[in-house]
Amino acid sequence: MAYSEKVLDHYEHPRNVGSLATDETDVGTGLVGAPACGDVMKLQIKVSAEGIIEDAKFKTFGCGSAIASSSLVTEWVKGKTLDEAAQIKNTDIAQELALPPVKIHCSVLAEDAIKAAIADYRKKHAHD
Amino acid sequence: MSAISIDKSLIGHAPGDPVYLDYQATTPCDPRVLDKMLPWFTLRFGNPHSRNHAYGWAAEEAVELAREQVAAIIGADSKEIIFTSGATESNNLALRGAALFNKDRKNHIVTVVTEHKCVLDTCRHLEQEGFSVTYLPVQTNGLIDLAQLEAAITDQTVIVSVMGVNNEIGVIQPLAEIGAICRKKGALFHTDCAQAVGKIPLDVNAMNIDLMSISGHKIYGPKGIGALYVRRRPRVRLVPMITGGGQERGFRSGTLPTPLCVGLGEACAIAKVEMVEEAAHLKFLSQRLLDGLKAKLPEIYVNGDLEHRIPGNLNISFAFVEGEGLMMGVKGLAVSSGSACTSASLEPSYVLRALGVDVEMAHTSLRFGFGRFTTEADIDYAIDHVIEAVSHLREMSPLWEMHLAGVDIKSIQWAEH
Repeated sequence: MAYSEKVLDHYEHPRNVGSLATDETDVGTGLVGAPACGDVMKLQIKVSAEGIIEDAKFKTFGCGSAIASSSLVTEWVKGKTLDEAAQIKNTDIAQELALPPVKIHCSVLAEDAIKAAIADYRKKHAHD
Repeated sequence: MSAISIDKSLIGHAPGDPVYLDYQATTPCDPRVLDKMLPWFTLRFGNPHSRNHAYGWAAEEAVELAREQVAAIIGADSKEIIFTSGATESNNLALRGAALFNKDRKNHIVTVVTEHKCVLDTCRHLEQEGFSVTYLPVQTNGLIDLAQLEAAITDQTVIVSVMGVNNEIGVIQPLAEIGAICRKKGALFHTDCAQAVGKIPLDVNAMNIDLMSISGHKIYGPKGIGALYVRRRPRVRLVPMITGGGQERGFRSGTLPTPLCVGLGEACAIAKVEMVEEAAHLKFLSQRLLDGLKAKLPEIYVNGDLEHRIPGNLNISFAFVEGEGLMMGVKGLAVSSGSACTSASLEPSYVLRALGVDVEMAHTSLRFGFGRFTTEADIDYAIDHVIEAVSHLREMSPLWEMHLAGVDIKSIQWAEH
């Protein structure tokens, strides 16, 4: 299968690979997917006191499209509020990376990862 | 006639091309084979079935020599060799042909879950036509349990089909033992030897094989040609799939493609002479690859038995790294993966699953296939390339991170999607 140039670029030069301290109160972690399905994404956001995502990191087990999707969303969420980040749709990701139909689930997973990270952050702050 | 000249060192090594390590998918045509084929396209183009002039006689003579060369590598008589378009057709003809010929007497077929799709799919179709099929499981090393095979064969069993060498994991089934069981129980024994011919010694008589499928392009011959060995004593009867002028003893009508037949014959003749030496070379390369990878990469596992295996195949799971992602990382190599993402179905390799390999490990496998034109330098390049890519992707893998932190991946409640 031929990959789009954008997928190749993210695969070869992934943005924001790494981990944030899961236990910190300003960090939200989303872990989605399953090893048995061939893809697992861990997406983490670091949120400022003003509610702005100031940093994002990812680690992904998966194919090139899965890696590119998660790399791309770490770029997109930075500087956004949680509500803005929650608006990112898998279709935007799929379109940006020109994913073929068989790889749409990679973009769905990336959307799920953002939502899971936001939910985790909000859970930590439910009693603020 | 001028002989063509091809620099053998360029085969699979054209400048800018990835190093070819997918010899179970197909092999390059040996230049010596191509040399023998060329005149039969142009100067000597006659129809081998033309009985009334020299063009036909010459072509017939060439086809019959090829038939003898194919027969010789498996210890058969040339009259027992039927040329086909390839192993898929041979497998179809053997299974359907034998099942349909005997359908009034017997209705049961025994095969194995790790067979090639063209055997399994043919069996599925025969099931729809009223046959019952037993799909034997394999052990964790990829080999069948002989006691299970014997127990599966009934007086209704018309044919048992077990491949010689598996295309994904390279394991060699115990053909002689299987043949003895089939003979004792009165069932025909068919074996798909597309990956076995020219790689391991085969003898249809010593192994009690009744039908054997052979492929041209897996043994440095051309694509589009194969053969089916059909035993004459005791005679194996088949219903033909392709009917017409009655060529190939009526088993397979159609004009024989003389150049392709000549190519298959020459490929067999070369393999017969060079097999032992070639196997030693491949064993050396295989050991070098495995040792080289293991020296730098923990948590890698060979799928399938290491002893009962052709030396030109290594199927390795690289834990915590997804196979398709890994293939993108080793773009300097032409390899294949058992990962779901490389298949249309998004299911990981059914062969690895049949071995009991965990789904998550099946997703992490690469198949390295090497052969006649693979060099030590190719292997060294592959070692460096794979180590670099796996290390890079593990740095990026949340599962590797968990593994290093001592988290048992299996203890996590994953939401399968």
